Amino acid sequence: MKKIIVVGNGMVGYKFCEKFINLTKENTFKLIVFGEEPRPAYDRVHLSEFFENRNAKALEMASLEWYKSNNIDLITNTRVASIHSISKTIETINEEVYSYDYLVLATGSSAFVPPIKGVEKEGVFVYRTIEDLEDTLAYADKLKKKKSGVIKAAVLGGGLLGLEAAKAVKDMGFEPHVVEFAPKLMPRQLDSRGSKVLKEKIESLGIHVHLSKATNKILGEDIITGMEFGEYDKIDVNMLVVSAGIRPRDELAKTCNLETGTRGGIIVNNKMQTSDPTIYAIGEVALYNDMIYGLVAPGYEMADVAVNQIIGNSDVIMGNNIDMSTKLKLIGVDVASYGEPFMPVERGYSIIYENKTKNLYKRINVSHDGKKLLGGILVGDASDYNMFHQIYLNGLPIPEDAEELIIGSRGKEGSSIGSVMDIPDAAQVCSCESITKGDICNAIREEGCNNLGEVISKTKATSGCGGCKPMVVDLVNETLKSMGKSVKATLCEHFNYNRQELYDLIKVNKIENYNDALTKFGKGFGCEVCKPTIASIFASINMETANKQVAIQDTNDRFLANIQRNGTYSVVPRIPGGEITPDKLIRIGQIGKKYDLYTKITGGQRIDLFGAQLHQLPDIWKELIDAGFESGHAYGKSLRTVKSCVGSTWCRYGMHESVTFAIEIENRYRGLRSPHKFKGGVSGCIRECAEARGKDFGLIAVEGGWNLYICGNGGATPRHAVLFAEQLDNKTAIKYLDRFLMFYIRTAGPLVRTAPWLDKLDGGLAYVKEVVIEDSLGIAEQLENEMQELVNKYQCEWKQAIEDPKIKKRFKHFINSDDTDDNLVFVPMRDQKMPKPW
Amino acid sequence: MQNLIEQYQTVSKNRIKTWFKVGKTEDFPVNSGACIKYKTKQIAVFNFTINNKWYACQNLCPHKMEMVLSLGLIGDKEGIPKVACPLHKKNFSLEDGSNMGGDDLKIAIYPVKIENENVYIGFED
Repeated sequence: MKKIIVVGNGMVGYKFCEKFINLTKENTFKLIVFGEEPRPAYDRVHLSEFFENRNAKALEMASLEWYKSNNIDLITNTRVASIHSISKTIETINEEVYSYDYLVLATGSSAFVPPIKGVEKEGVFVYRTIEDLEDTLAYADKLKKKKSGVIKAAVLGGGLLGLEAAKAVKDMGFEPHVVEFAPKLMPRQLDSRGSKVLKEKIESLGIHVHLSKATNKILGEDIITGMEFGEYDKIDVNMLVVSAGIRPRDELAKTCNLETGTRGGIIVNNKMQTSDPTIYAIGEVALYNDMIYGLVAPGYEMADVAVNQIIGNSDVIMGNNIDMSTKLKLIGVDVASYGEPFMPVERGYSIIYENKTKNLYKRINVSHDGKKLLGGILVGDASDYNMFHQIYLNGLPIPEDAEELIIGSRGKEGSSIGSVMDIPDAAQVCSCESITKGDICNAIREEGCNNLGEVISKTKATSGCGGCKPMVVDLVNETLKSMGKSVKATLCEHFNYNRQELYDLIKVNKIENYNDALTKFGKGFGCEVCKPTIASIFASINMETANKQVAIQDTNDRFLANIQRNGTYSVVPRIPGGEITPDKLIRIGQIGKKYDLYTKITGGQRIDLFGAQLHQLPDIWKELIDAGFESGHAYGKSLRTVKSCVGSTWCRYGMHESVTFAIEIENRYRGLRSPHKFKGGVSGCIRECAEARGKDFGLIAVEGGWNLYICGNGGATPRHAVLFAEQLDNKTAIKYLDRFLMFYIRTAGPLVRTAPWLDKLDGGLAYVKEVVIEDSLGIAEQLENEMQELVNKYQCEWKQAIEDPKIKKRFKHFINSDDTDDNLVFVPMRDQKMPKPW
Repeated sequence: MQNLIEQYQTVSKNRIKTWFKVGKTEDFPVNSGACIKYKTKQIAVFNFTINNKWYACQNLCPHKMEMVLSLGLIGDKEGIPKVACPLHKKNFSLEDGSNMGGDDLKIAIYPVKIENENVYIGFED
């Protein structure tokens, strides 16, 4: 049996093993892999995720068992020290000698640390391996304990990795400073204008950027205290992460005289062979066409070529043009660059779109005859990247007026880009795994896959960088549709229906509890997805409180409080419209003090009391209810608050009484369960102090009545509510609100808030107007009646809970003991308390 | 913190030393969980009426080290009974304690028996 030794167990080294196992039969070759790091290969592309979850295992490409079960000897923690090409052997640092028939060098690269004076000081790190990250994190923790206030940390290098590192530094709680030698960020991928847009965007996120800075010196005695650029130009920083590029790990080449490039890298031909034909080099150590390719996709392709060459498929060779397109989300900002991002005038012309108010930059480069897309750049919004990339890779036709590609076609329906189904079958969709459009469609047409999950496990598409996922989703859906199969979003494995269908089934069949619904329409025991969804449906149909079917409520609803980080709960009484008497305010203060609760004003004009233990909840609520409060439903997928400004009662600009109207509306919809939480706002004039347009519904006082806005929200994807109707009197405003909310509750998917509901609704805003205002479906009266019935049936579920001893029993930590949870630890913070950090 | 999790080890049926009585069946909510105390341990107990089975596991969420699993929603994944942690919805099998989301975090599970309407949990100590 011939022996192959792979030196290096990074992403590319692993990919070589994987391709090898897929292409060869058992027992034709013996594979031995050496890895220098203590763990098997992991996904370095997503290294920054380690900062979020510190879970090294989650990044693993394959487990140790995988290597074992495929009969691969993986020897970790062992560096190969030298190659003896004459005897065809290698020697490890432990002076063990192994012989090979073929040797594959996948040693990758190391972080390049520029020779700056003082770079060896404590507090200077590189950003490359999990061990580097662990060291950085440990140092960061130490710093944070020693120093209070703002701590500055710098990242040297404003390229791809540097910006990732800056995000990581920011997540550690430091003030990040990116220092770049070039006059622009991401100099390899972006032009100056695109880079400027990116700079402004990331600066707005709190990352400081210093361009055109050559670092002379790292300041400080033994520990870094700053960086010096010129005589009077320096910044104070307490930590530095160097991410100034990579250097190929080609030191092994020198032990056996393989040819290397002048700036490093082992020279290979298009078969990935080095100057010794039995030794191959792949990945970031390989110098191909005078270039080192620091991306994972070309590395995977090299691995594929090397495997094929070794097993005798000599016609599989590396192409001449290597696709260096990239798309990534940096610090929450989309950045993509493909083909030729910078366009020399002799080859084509560029069309550039820039919108500074939205931090958007799009550039496409088109051939002189206007027929081909040669490359481009996207900053701020890269949703069109996959399509552009395919058009570029496959030379697909582009619109006669190429500008339509980036600014859209005016006055015409539909997108000018075309459908995913137009791209040729041979088009490569997932470049990490070399999966074509044909592979994906065939997995459905020929191999019987029925959904995205099955296609992914069959083809491995999207499992590399994941950038192709949106396109794969579209391809799967379109292919299924073209075969007449329905693409249905079902609730979960227990119900083969979507939320709206279940809503109708439960209503029409007058189902009264979850178990009946499960027996009639579902299977199995249920789960954490279908139980709360169906609980919400029952609440919306019957206005039953969360006390009726306790076992299917989400934990928050089950205990009528918001579970917090350490398993304690928070308490939020309703304060309609944000109006509260001094006496009631004092009572909340007294209760908070008595139970030692951390107290904070919420964004919805009410008061949140944190740190209550389960057994304390009924006592706290008893006192609140005695003081005239009721549940604020802050724990439910239901109406939260209706925020108001002070309005015409006090404000000299106010047009109408916004507080009075806000209280009326909040009391009308209190306790109303819905697919997602929702909020309202009422402003007394167009100055809009109640931020009503940032809510699911908003009313703004104008001459002659209220303007009604719908489907806005704050949060992760902020949206302004859109104008729905103008100059309404109070009665009409409530009529439209009743109809709108009921229509939303009936038709939205689980956990879909009003804005995305509107986006997905066929016909959009115009359709909602038809249904709600013009009553095109003839259901307006029914919607109003249903809402009125829910309003009439309202009950405070906390009042229910404290009055019923059976319900009260629920609020006990142990069944068999009156002890309380002794695992809780609080630490002081600004005269109050907080849970001990994880 | 480490000691906290180390005291929870799955108890197999053949190594039970103590059948600890934790209450009457009627004390426990149906189709959801409750927590009991045994020495220094907190154990979550679940009553599945749909297949008439009881399960028990550590109350400690191995991800964030909080005593919360008894508060989670229960159900099944492809027929295997499970609990979903209320904090981040990690799913754990109540048959073998494995994390059905795939990562390494596991929980310890404990045998339950019902005799004369009494609920007993099996321990090795």
